[in-house]
Amino acid sequence: MTGGGAIPEKRMAGRDVIIETISRLILPFILLFGFYVMIGTEGTGGGFQGGTILAAGFILYITVFGAKRGREMIPESVNTFFESFGLYLYNGSGLLCIIFSMGAVQFLNYPGIWPVTDLVGVAGSRAWIIAFMVEVGIGLTVMAAFISQYFDLAWKDEEEEMVVRKE
Amino acid sequence: MILPIDLILLFFLVIIAIAAVTVKDILAAVILTGAYSFVMANVWLQMGSSDVAFTEAAIGAGVSTALMVAAISRTTRWEK
Repeated sequence: MTGGGAIPEKRMAGRDVIIETISRLILPFILLFGFYVMIGTEGTGGGFQGGTILAAGFILYITVFGAKRGREMIPESVNTFFESFGLYLYNGSGLLCIIFSMGAVQFLNYPGIWPVTDLVGVAGSRAWIIAFMVEVGIGLTVMAAFISQYFDLAWKDEEEEMVVRKE
Repeated sequence: MILPIDLILLFFLVIIAIAAVTVKDILAAVILTGAYSFVMANVWLQMGSSDVAFTEAAIGAGVSTALMVAAISRTTRWEK
């Protein structure tokens, strides 16, 4: 952070049109690829990777448009909601197995959810519940954790710039 | 697995790793670590494990580098 007052002025005034347009164009594809990695394949794996790709897309947006506009897009409350909602989804899918089977199967034993098992079979229920509950839960939690980490590092920077400009 | 490509990539890995630990500019070290992750993703890819490759590219070269650069903005850039 050298240069004092000149750099924040320039950064605020002259935003690069090329970088903004390219990142705005590429952001939906990054998010789509993240969701594809998360729920696109049947079976385990991909939740952490998909969540990281989603977080990378949002971090690109925050880096290009600044922490303030990024905060408008992803407020603190939404981020906290996603962080705990993913955990609830993951734990809830394990708990539903015990609840639906009246304690006959153990935690995270997916064929125990008999409505889904009756509908699509044992292997199908395992694939569907892992894909749409467990992976999405892991992915949302990882995404929110990475975004909040990045905000913790980037947000104070903006506050200090405000102080520098006032001086 | 193609042996010449493998050898070239591993040679680059060694060069980048030595450069990353010897350079005095911390920002350059972080960028070199990102480049290391990118070459490593290529190594995974030509070993045939594409999921590990794009995980390495997303985490090592993408998010980790962004977090490190954001951390450098909170401290000094040059190693004493």
